[in-house]
Amino acid sequence: MSDATLTKKTEPKPEEFTNNEYEAGFVTDIDSDTLPPGLNEDVIRHISAKKDEPEWLLNWRLEAFRHWLTMSEPHWAHVQYDKIDFQSISYYSAPKSQEDGPKSLDEIDPKLLETYEKLGIPLREQEFLAGVAVDAVFDSVSVATTFKGKLKDAGVIFCPISEAVRDYPELVQQYLGSVVPSGDNFYAALNSAVFTDGSFVYIPKGVRCPMELSTYFRINALNTGQFERTLIIADEGAYVSYLEGCTAPQRDENQLHAAVVELVLLDDAQIKYATVQNWYPGDENGLGGIYNFVTKRADCRGPRSKVSWTQVETGSAITWKYPSCVLRGDDSVGEFYSVALTKMRQEADTGTKMIHIGKNTKSTIVSKGIAAGHGQQAYRGLVRIGKNADGARNFTQCDSLLIGDTCGAHTFPYVEVKNPTATMEHEATTSKIGEDQLFYCRQRGISEEDAVNMIVNGFCKDVFNELPMEFAVEANRLMEVSLEGAVG
Amino acid sequence: MLKIENLHASVAGKEILKGINLEIGAGEVHAIMGPNGSGKSTLSNVIAGRDGYKVTAGSVTYNGKDLLAMEPEERAWEGVFLAFQYPVEIPGVNNTYMLKAGVNAKRKHQGEQELDAIDFMQLVKEKAKLVELNESFLSRGVNEGFSGGEKKRNEIFQMAVLEPSLALLDETDSGLDIDALRIVANGVNKLRREDRSIVMVTHYQRLLDYIEPDFVHVLADGQILKSGDKSLALELESRGYDWVKEEAAA
Ligand SMILES: Nc1ncnc2c1ncn2[C@@H]1O[C@H](COP(=O)(O)OP(=O)(O)O)[C@@H](O)[C@H]1O
Ligand SMILES: [Mg+2]
Repeated sequence: MSDATLTKKTEPKPEEFTNNEYEAGFVTDIDSDTLPPGLNEDVIRHISAKKDEPEWLLNWRLEAFRHWLTMSEPHWAHVQYDKIDFQSISYYSAPKSQEDGPKSLDEIDPKLLETYEKLGIPLREQEFLAGVAVDAVFDSVSVATTFKGKLKDAGVIFCPISEAVRDYPELVQQYLGSVVPSGDNFYAALNSAVFTDGSFVYIPKGVRCPMELSTYFRINALNTGQFERTLIIADEGAYVSYLEGCTAPQRDENQLHAAVVELVLLDDAQIKYATVQNWYPGDENGLGGIYNFVTKRADCRGPRSKVSWTQVETGSAITWKYPSCVLRGDDSVGEFYSVALTKMRQEADTGTKMIHIGKNTKSTIVSKGIAAGHGQQAYRGLVRIGKNADGARNFTQCDSLLIGDTCGAHTFPYVEVKNPTATMEHEATTSKIGEDQLFYCRQRGISEEDAVNMIVNGFCKDVFNELPMEFAVEANRLMEVSLEGAVG
Repeated sequence: MLKIENLHASVAGKEILKGINLEIGAGEVHAIMGPNGSGKSTLSNVIAGRDGYKVTAGSVTYNGKDLLAMEPEERAWEGVFLAFQYPVEIPGVNNTYMLKAGVNAKRKHQGEQELDAIDFMQLVKEKAKLVELNESFLSRGVNEGFSGGEKKRNEIFQMAVLEPSLALLDETDSGLDIDALRIVANGVNKLRREDRSIVMVTHYQRLLDYIEPDFVHVLADGQILKSGDKSLALELESRGYDWVKEEAAA
């Protein structure tokens, strides 16, 4: 008779949930022109001069900077980190080989091409995913934009924003800061002062963009912040689907990424904006990682316009991000689909704002938060129905999944209704990854690790369904929460 | 074949199984009956390897191997299948996808080639017919929004796909209406094979009208008090369990 004693865990231990190796953690050894750390008006003048900017833009930056000096860092988010020393950050870094701006693909520094290839983003057009145009931003500059010619034939402008400033100044001047004003919040003001590159998109009237547009952001240089600015304008009846991806090397120091994204939608326009954010999250002790403080907002100016934000947030040490929709046009529609995964010591405070101004405006919020290890996770959402927004409707569903006992999930839904005809629906659940679900899968022959991944991916399915195919696969992979050492 | 010797197990510090002895030969069908709370599900869970059950004494060997030393998935690969009394819902996880992962994990373990999506789909459609499971259930989330009866049917469907050598059916009949019971029981009968043992936990004779057991055991208060053939089930149906307990105490 064997004296078998089953001493198996009923709950996976948090320390067993480790980060899958961060595959994008390598550093590109490239000669860069990097400004010394520090922030003052001279730095801003320097950035502006580097980019050969017109006077109005320099003044706009300086005004934002002066405003920023009067502001203080927000502390209401459910995240904790040491005070950021804004004087210890470098605000501009560009590979030397890119000094004269983006070149034709043949002229790009092979090291840069190799970097993007390693990340699965080949920039040579014939090699890239058919039907996706890419703008590749490396630290402070755009290094390449693919398929520009083909897009131009359709009337679509897709280029680095610094180039748009030069080539389409009227468009940029008309719309820049019109959705997120330079003084909107602390990080938006900082971004307005020091933004370096990002993408610019203009889809003319009645044009359906013939391919997916995508920007791939890469932070490489040490102690450098990335302050990108993206501006997308969909004119009347236009349609575009846009994706952004983000990675950074594995470093012990925290790095700041403070982006601003502005979307403008005129009558009947539609923008689908998807993000797969995989910035370096730091290690299991919370050392290093990106601080991802981002302001994203869509302005549905025209009637019947429709915007959808889909985000998969798996990286960064800290994420602070609320992609929002201002539903100004009657019958306009805003959607927010989000998956956020925090593991190890990651923290995320994310959600959305749906501002209903026009009549019969409609918004949908689906948020899926997964916390594992010592991860902390907050959903923060505002639904505001203005007094003229007759017949406005909102549906909010906000689910949290906890893996282990040391992580946390919180929801902070704010609702302001000033119109009695509004319809609001709110559903929220918090669940633990069930021992019964895990056992069920394992009884069918599936290993514990595969079972966890299967359950987590199932939990996120409603959101993944909103992603373009190529990215859905990537997202599935990023969601892998490994249960190292828990089996066998 | 399965051999359980002097099995003691406790849950949350409370002893539930108090010395179970049971042998189940290849191709045999055993029925385990007994009052609520007597430890029937506990026994199934311990055999299948569920967390939270502490085996304090005894052994469970299957085809000569120590089952208790294995992880639940390893037991599944050895051919152990549990049809749950309360099948759990796993939202968003496709029923077929989950099964395919299970089948292929087992095949991989056995050094067989994994089935591709097309072959698997064919297999699954064929097996669904066995329990008259509508194909629409195949692509739904695992048990997601299934009725009680549909969940039980799905369990037997999964059994058909996974082809276990030892199937533990924990109250598969409860919650089924009379038509569904007949369909599920017919399904199980079609799955009877010389090299497949079946253990049915049930409260009701009516299941045994459809699936005729070779042996019937009475499990009460953590022990098997009496074993017999199918006539024992009929006797239990008419007399209840008390006389068995009294007889055992005497
Ligand atoms: N997870 C558990 N925690 C506490 N008690 C349990 C647990 N599982 C079973 N039990 C107890 O063990 C006893 C036997 O339960 P069970 O095996 O489910 O009985 P049966 O299936 O024969 O009705 C019951 O008293 C039940 O309350
Ligand atoms: Mg039971």
